[in-house]
Amino acid sequence: MSDSTLSSIVATEDQLLPGGWEMIVGLEVHVELATRTKLFSGSPNRFGDEPNVNIDPVTLGLPGALPVLNKQAVELAMRIGLALNCRIQKCIFHRKNYFYPDQPKAYQISQYDLPLNADGFLALPSGTVVGIERAHLEEDTGKSTHVGGSTGRIHGSDYSLMDFNRAGVPLVEIVSRPDIRTSEQAKEYVAELRAILEAIGASDAKMEEGSMRCDANVSVHKIGTPFGTRCEIKNVNSIRALGRAIDYEARRQIDVLDSGGTIRQETRHWDDAEGRTHTLRTKEDADDYRYFPEPDLVTLDPSAEWIESVRQSLPPLPAARRAMLQELTGYDPQSEAVIVAVERGQHEYVKAIAEAGGDPVKALIYVTQAFAEAGAQPAVPPADIAALTILERDNKLSATQAKTVLAEIVANGGGDAVAIAAAKGFEAMDTTAVEAMVDEAIAADPDAWAKYCAGEEKAAGAIVGRVMKASKGKADGKIVSAIMQSRRGL
Amino acid sequence: MTTVPSTASGIASAVSSGSVSARSVVDAHLERIATRDGDIHAFNLVTADEARAHADAIDADIAAGRPVGPLAGVPIALKDNLCTHGIDTTCSSKILEGWKPPYDATVVSRLRAAGAISVGKTNLDEFAMGSSTENSAFGPTKNPLDLSRVPGGSSGGSAAAVAAGFAPVSLGSDTGGSIRQPAALCGVVGVKPTYGMVSRYGLVAYASSLDQIGPFATTVSDAALITEVIAGHDPMDSTSIPQPAPSLVGAVTQGVAGMRIGRVTDLPGGAEPEVMERLNAAFDALAAAGATIVDITLPSLSYALTAYYLIAPAEASSNLARFDGVRYGLRVNAADTNAMYGATRAAGFGDEVKRRIMLGTYALSAGYYDAYYGKALKVRRIIAQDFDAAYKNVDAIVIPTSPLVAFKAGDKVDDPMAMYLCDIYTIPTNLAGHPAMSVPFGTGAHNLPVGMQVLAPALGEVAMFRVGGALEAAGGAQ
Repeated sequence: MSDSTLSSIVATEDQLLPGGWEMIVGLEVHVELATRTKLFSGSPNRFGDEPNVNIDPVTLGLPGALPVLNKQAVELAMRIGLALNCRIQKCIFHRKNYFYPDQPKAYQISQYDLPLNADGFLALPSGTVVGIERAHLEEDTGKSTHVGGSTGRIHGSDYSLMDFNRAGVPLVEIVSRPDIRTSEQAKEYVAELRAILEAIGASDAKMEEGSMRCDANVSVHKIGTPFGTRCEIKNVNSIRALGRAIDYEARRQIDVLDSGGTIRQETRHWDDAEGRTHTLRTKEDADDYRYFPEPDLVTLDPSAEWIESVRQSLPPLPAARRAMLQELTGYDPQSEAVIVAVERGQHEYVKAIAEAGGDPVKALIYVTQAFAEAGAQPAVPPADIAALTILERDNKLSATQAKTVLAEIVANGGGDAVAIAAAKGFEAMDTTAVEAMVDEAIAADPDAWAKYCAGEEKAAGAIVGRVMKASKGKADGKIVSAIMQSRRGL
Repeated sequence: MTTVPSTASGIASAVSSGSVSARSVVDAHLERIATRDGDIHAFNLVTADEARAHADAIDADIAAGRPVGPLAGVPIALKDNLCTHGIDTTCSSKILEGWKPPYDATVVSRLRAAGAISVGKTNLDEFAMGSSTENSAFGPTKNPLDLSRVPGGSSGGSAAAVAAGFAPVSLGSDTGGSIRQPAALCGVVGVKPTYGMVSRYGLVAYASSLDQIGPFATTVSDAALITEVIAGHDPMDSTSIPQPAPSLVGAVTQGVAGMRIGRVTDLPGGAEPEVMERLNAAFDALAAAGATIVDITLPSLSYALTAYYLIAPAEASSNLARFDGVRYGLRVNAADTNAMYGATRAAGFGDEVKRRIMLGTYALSAGYYDAYYGKALKVRRIIAQDFDAAYKNVDAIVIPTSPLVAFKAGDKVDDPMAMYLCDIYTIPTNLAGHPAMSVPFGTGAHNLPVGMQVLAPALGEVAMFRVGGALEAAGGAQ
C-alpha cells in the first residue's frame, strides 16, 4: 500500500494539507452479507439473537466438522463484484491461522492470492474514481466480551464471554486502492459503497450494528516523493468517525515527520471519545498467519452463465438512480435531495408520485423532507402525495400549509389532500383575490410602496404584512412577493 | 446354539434370515473382547450396552418383518477419531479425553442405517500420527499374532480388533498408510478408497487433503461390502466426489484375466528380502490367473516420504490448532489466555503430535513456505503425473504394503525417521489421491504376515478389488 506505483492519483491544490503534505488513504471495508445462513454451515445468519443459539459443529469448529460453501453468499459477493466493476475469477480459499478465543478453529477461512472479485473501481458522485483492488469472501469471527479490567480488552480482564452467533457469518472484504486523497472523499466512498450494497441487496451495511466495518490505511508524503509509511486505523464505527480518524491520523503523522521523526508501520486504534488514535500493535509483533490453501474446500469457478445471470439480476445502481431523478426533476445528481433520496432508497417512490400525476420537484422535496427515517419506504399511496403536490404547485395551498397537510397524510398513512386542507380551514385562495389584497395594501401605505419601488427591499415587509393580515395568513408569501415584484416592474 | 459366521456377509445373511440373532452375534464378539482385549488393548472404549440394545432392536425388526440393511447385525469397531454421537471420541489424546461429539460421522450414520452394530472405539496413534499405535495417550495396542510386536498404525486398534476376532470388520483412517500398513502387519485386508470416495465429515482431521476412511476385514469381499456402504457423495464434505457408491463386491470374484498389472522396477529399496519374495510370488500368481505383468517406473516415488512429511504436518498444525482449551476438551488454567493455550497444549498433546505441529508450523512460516510447503506441493503434482503416465499402460500396480513385517514394540519409538520409513510404500497413493488396498499374501520373517498392496488410478476401485480378490484366491501360497 505504501508503494506509490499502486496509485497515480495526485491531490488537487485545495486537497493538499498545510505544508504541502498529501494524504494517501486506502480503505478496507468488511460487510456482512445478507444471507439466510452462514458461509459454511446451515445455522441462521441473524443479528440480535440470544448468545450462542445460531451455532452448529461447523460454527464451533468441533473436531471432524467440515465447511460447505454457501451458494447465496457467493452470489451476493458476485453482485458486489459486478456492482464495483470487478473481474469475477476462478478462485480458492485459504486458511489464515491465528489463535484467539473468538476464532473457533484457530484459523479463518478467507481468500488470499486468488480472490473472487478483482480489479474494479467505484466512481464517486463527486467524480473521483477509486480503484478496487479486490473484494473477497471470508467468514466472520465470534464476538468477545471482556469482563473486568479497565480497557475492555482481553489483557487485564477477569474473564471473557464468547458469543459464536456471528462466527461463520459471511463477509466480503472490499479493498480499495490507495486512491483517496481527503477525508471527505473517504466518507463519500463509504457512503456510496453503502448505498450500492443496500441497492443490490448484498448487505444492510449498518456501521452501528457492525454489519459494515471500515479500516483505513493512512500515510502522508509530499508530492513527487515516494508514499510514506502507512498506519492502519481500526475501530472506526461511523462515517463521521472515519473522517475524524483520517484527519487526526494524517495530522499526527505530519507532526511526527515535521519534528524529524519517522512513522512506524503499525495498527492503530481509533478512540472516538478522545478523538485520537493509539498504537494497537506494531509490524514487528504482527502475527505470521501461515496462509495455505484450505484443503477442506474445492476451487470456486463461477461459470460465465452464472456470472451473466447475476449481472442481469442487478437493479439500477445509485448512480443510475440519481440520473433518473435528475431526468425527472432537473436537479443536479449531486444535489443533497437527490443523494439523500437515493441513499434512502426513495427514488422509486418519487418516481411513482410523478407517475401518479404529481409534480416531480415537489415530490422529491416532500419525500426527502417528510420521510426522515433513513431507508423508510413510505406507506402512503403515491397518488395521495401527488394530489398534494398539485395543490401547492397551483397555489391552492401555501408551502407552509402543504407541509402541515403532508404531515397529516403521512401520520395517517394516506388521505385526501383537498379534504384535509379544507378541514384545516386552508381555503384555496386564488391569485386574483391575492392581487386585489396587494393592491389594497399598496393603496393603504403608499410610502412603503414608494421605498420598495426605489429598491429598498425591507420596505416590502409592511405591504406583505398588510396582505397577510387581510387574508388571515392564508395568502402564500411567495405569491405575494411575486405579485409585488410584478407590480413594481410595471 | 448356531455358530456365529466369521465374516460380515455371513453374519448379515444369517441375521437377516433369522438363523442367528443379532444379539447372539454381538454377545459372542463382546465375550471375545472381554476375554482377550485386556492383553491386546485394541479398544479405548467398548460400548457393550449400546451394542446389545442396538442388536435387540435389529432382532425386533426382523421378528416384526421390517426390512433390515445389508449389514444387519454385523459388529463393527470404529477408530476413535470417528465422531460418535454422545460417545467418547478421544483420538487417543488427553486433549480430547471425555469429549462426546454432538453428532455422528457420516460413515457412522451410514453403517448404522445399514444395520451394522458398533461395539466400540479403537485405539490409534494420537491423532493418527504414527505407524505402531505406540503413540497413544492411553497405552499401546499389541499385535494379536504376537503380543510382543506392534500392530502397525495408526489404525492399529482397528486392525488388531479384526485380527483378534473382536469384530469381523472395522473402520480406520489412512493419511499415509494408516489402514494398509496395520492391515499388513496384522494379516487382514485394509482398504484406502480414492480420496473423496468416502465422506470425511466427522473424521477428526489429521491432514485433510490426504485423510481417507476405509475398512478392515478378514476377506476382500467383506472389505468391498463395507466400502460400498460407506462410499458415495455426502453434501457435508465439499471434497466428496459427487457420484454414488460403486458396486464392488462383484469385482472381487471377477478374476484378472486380461488385466495389465504394473511391476515397479525402480521401487525404493529397504524392504526385507522375504517381503520381496512374496512380491514376486504375487506376480507369479497374477500371471497364472491370466494377467499380463508390465514393467513400469515411478521415478518420483522416492521423494514421496519427504513431501508427505511437509504437507501432512503443515495441515496438521492448522487442523490441531482448534484444540485450544476454549470450547471443549482439556483446559489447563493459567494466568492469561496465551498462557492457558500453552499449558493446555503442552499437557494435552504427546511428543509425536508436538513434533509434527512444530514441523508443520515451520514449513508454513513466512519466508519458508516456498522452500518447504510450496516445493512439497510440486513434488505431489509430479508424483501424480508419474502415476498418470504409468496408468496409461497398466490397470493396477502391485507393490509391498510395508517394507517390514510387524516389528517389536519399542523398537522404533525413539527413532522417528525409522518409524516414518514404515510408510514409504503407502504414502505415494495418499499424495496422488488414488485407491490402494493391502491383502494378506503369505508370511515373511518370523512367520509373520506380509501384505501385498494393490494400487489403482483414481476411482479405479473395481480394478483394485479384482486384483485384491485374485491375490486372496491365490491363497498367499508359499
